[in-house]
Amino acid sequence: MGQFGIGQAVVREEDPRLLRGRGMYAGDVSLPRQSYALMVRSPHAHAEIRAIDTEAARSLPGVLAVYTGEDVAADNLGVPGMPVKWTRPDGAPMAYRPQPPLALGRVRYVGDPVALVVAETLDAARDAAEALMVDYEPLPSVTDTARTVEPDAPVIWDDAPDNVSALYQAGDAAATDAAFANAAHVVKRHFVISRVFAQYMEARSAVGEYDEREDRFTLYADVQYPHRVRQLLAEKIFQVPEQSVRVVARDVGGGFGTKGWQYPEHRLTLWAARKLGRPVKWTCERTEAVMADEHGRDNVTEAELAFDANGKVLGLRVRTLANIGAYLSAIRNLLAAYTNVGTLVGVYDIPAAHAEVRTVHSNTNPTAPYRGAGRPEATYVIERMFDAAARELGIDRTELRARNFIPPEKMPIRTPLGLCYDCGEFAANQEEALKMADYAGFEARREEAAKRGKLRGIGTANPIERSASPSPDFAEIRFTTDGTATILMGTKSQGQGHETVYKQIVGERLGLDSERMRVIDGDTDRVAFGIGTMGSRSTVIGGSALYRAADKVIERAKPIAAHMLEASVEDMEFERGIFTVAGTDRTVTLTDVAKASFLPARLPPGSEPGLFESATFAPEDDTYPNGSHVCEVEIDPETGETHIVGYWVVDDVGVVVNPTIVKGQIHGGVAQGVGQVLMEQVAYDPDNGQLLSASFMDYCMPRADDFSDIAIVSNPVPTARNPLGVKGAGEAGTVGALPATMNALLDALAPVGVTDLPMPATPHAIWQAIEKAKTE
Amino acid sequence: MSEITVTINGETVTGNVEPRLSLADFVRDHRRLTGTHLGCEHGVCGACTVLMNGEPVRSCITFAVVADGTEITTIEGFDEDEPMTQLRKAFHENHALQCGYCTPGMLVAARDIVTRLPDADEARVRLELAGNLCRCTGYVGIVNAVLQVLEERRG
Repeated sequence: MGQFGIGQAVVREEDPRLLRGRGMYAGDVSLPRQSYALMVRSPHAHAEIRAIDTEAARSLPGVLAVYTGEDVAADNLGVPGMPVKWTRPDGAPMAYRPQPPLALGRVRYVGDPVALVVAETLDAARDAAEALMVDYEPLPSVTDTARTVEPDAPVIWDDAPDNVSALYQAGDAAATDAAFANAAHVVKRHFVISRVFAQYMEARSAVGEYDEREDRFTLYADVQYPHRVRQLLAEKIFQVPEQSVRVVARDVGGGFGTKGWQYPEHRLTLWAARKLGRPVKWTCERTEAVMADEHGRDNVTEAELAFDANGKVLGLRVRTLANIGAYLSAIRNLLAAYTNVGTLVGVYDIPAAHAEVRTVHSNTNPTAPYRGAGRPEATYVIERMFDAAARELGIDRTELRARNFIPPEKMPIRTPLGLCYDCGEFAANQEEALKMADYAGFEARREEAAKRGKLRGIGTANPIERSASPSPDFAEIRFTTDGTATILMGTKSQGQGHETVYKQIVGERLGLDSERMRVIDGDTDRVAFGIGTMGSRSTVIGGSALYRAADKVIERAKPIAAHMLEASVEDMEFERGIFTVAGTDRTVTLTDVAKASFLPARLPPGSEPGLFESATFAPEDDTYPNGSHVCEVEIDPETGETHIVGYWVVDDVGVVVNPTIVKGQIHGGVAQGVGQVLMEQVAYDPDNGQLLSASFMDYCMPRADDFSDIAIVSNPVPTARNPLGVKGAGEAGTVGALPATMNALLDALAPVGVTDLPMPATPHAIWQAIEKAKTE
Repeated sequence: MSEITVTINGETVTGNVEPRLSLADFVRDHRRLTGTHLGCEHGVCGACTVLMNGEPVRSCITFAVVADGTEITTIEGFDEDEPMTQLRKAFHENHALQCGYCTPGMLVAARDIVTRLPDADEARVRLELAGNLCRCTGYVGIVNAVLQVLEERRG
């Protein structure tokens, strides 16, 4: 292991610039002669646009342009397209309903873009936006997921009067019916998972530039997928060769899955820049962000779990309504609804399962991946079901889980919902987590709290998530003539610490010191190819590509080293950055070999100068990070206020490249999961669809005093599905936190007769549930 | 338009500003000091915290005209400052930042805690930090970093 290798808790490379305020976020980009854009958005959840009068706005000083949907339509910009062909429950094809970048005729949620104002200054753009006259005819709206499919619900799209977009199914319905027919006990529950928003601290920005000399667009934006954004803009929207578009993303102030590739502002700033011959900068403000961006989660589920007489699960049946919002612009809007349905069976050996997901439209923002993207939702269902079943069956909830774990020796296993889990020690994870949390001693703590008038509860969950799904990513190692290395990556860090982790991987394989490497990502002109960062894939897929590229460097450098040492290639050994002639003390460093590689006189005859290697890696199957969470809470029954008094995690993210960074990922993930359960919510007025939580005053998020420490222990079981043995860590914390926290709340409230809580379980909601239970 | 004179990080500058311009936009757009970050534009998240005459203020809800005649210190102006040097080191060692967007405001708030409340315990540190939102870390590293600097300064 080098000084900067795999498994070391080295401090981050990114920190020095960020600690001194020298980051470069998209909103920090300013270009010469830039103009300022402002989006005018619908104030109505659902309305016909009768007329737009742009005259007064256009005539104000400093206003360069006021564009509406008709201006965009006139230029024939394309749409993102929909690669999957699903069907509706009645067998008819799923309709593709892309959101126009600026509305045409009708708006379908509060925040739907209506006009784009461009001006010399942001203030001038603001004044023009106020002067814009839009005449709306409001229509009835529906935002609540369960309400969308009621027979008298307002209709979002006239050709789909039931508001259903499509039906997705997994598993074997007949086998599941048979399992339920033989059950000794069936548990049924109804779950509502709330709508939340990523709330990255950096709201999005886009600076669009068009270079007439090169006939070429450049977009500076905070995106997780620079190459995907480039592909979409070039191939679909502007229909130009990909080389005619450059996308640049430098420091990104959080993404969490939601800084996607299809946002209208990307194409609009570029389009306006070309029309005006000037760069156009758009910076989203916080209130606008909740209106402008994709939301996460939002589904309603009916679940049934069938048991035999011994507490062994026989079958699982799940029916979900997933609210995808007003439009279906890109496959992103379906990912959370279906890609992780397979993990509904959790870490349990369930012989038969069947799941149905109906995607429904509503007068809300489109939904899309947000940290977990269906994984927390799936784990929430199965882990809540185990707690519910344990209560009904009178078996301890951790014992009931233990009876049903998939044992390590049964893996790889094809689950009834079609996924193939490769490895993991689920029973050991739970055992260790319960030990850390002193689960055995909990009842004494409950009694002690009761003496103080507090309701104390403990909850567990054993999450598993499908990560790093098979798609390629790219890494390149380029040496320069001084023997230093530039590492170019197709993934895009949004704060995860990729620069550090990738240097550790190269440090491990090539023995280079940190200061002799530089990592570059987020620039489609510099990095040849990439998919990007999502689904906990970057270290798994990007890291594995980098590992392979490093292997190629060694293979390419070996004959040069042999030539320099006047030895045969077969006798060369490589370790910690040094080539050695086997059995001798004759050595040469990789750095010196790299320098020599540029000097033809020092190379073996006929060889090509330089040392540049690239590699892609596409796994053959998903990885399955897993673990066990325990959450302990204390509730004040007088106020309904919850305090998290302890949180413990055992994680198996496979091989850990940097323990500090993995812990940081889990800490942050847990905080977002706890936040959703206790306080976060995108709320709408049910009567008129008005957005009620479009500021940090109204959208409550965890603060430092809402938390205790979060204790984490790793139980790494390396996967064989990639050369590094890593499984992915970005989403693990959130996946476990939703059910562990809710299970803890319900455990605390069980003694006072509360059996269910809404999400978020705010103090008010908890207090109401306690009061309601008193009267029942 | 109003003319203002402000000393920013030791440099005295004048500018013509609209009454509605925030101090945050003044330092970011007029002075190109982009280390001051805007997270919410209504004083809730603390990302834009700077010092005005040595006291932390939210530059997003402070008008630039109000800063006339004051001394402002932004994150770029602390390179010679002892508590900030200690905090930067502690943040680095305790993984107290991920995306780094809340970090400038978090550091200015943390500097206020370690200089104003030398005896603060963990509960007090958490309470004091509750005016600054972080979406990445779950606050674990931030709390540990501030506690470490408090300990060092008590040393």
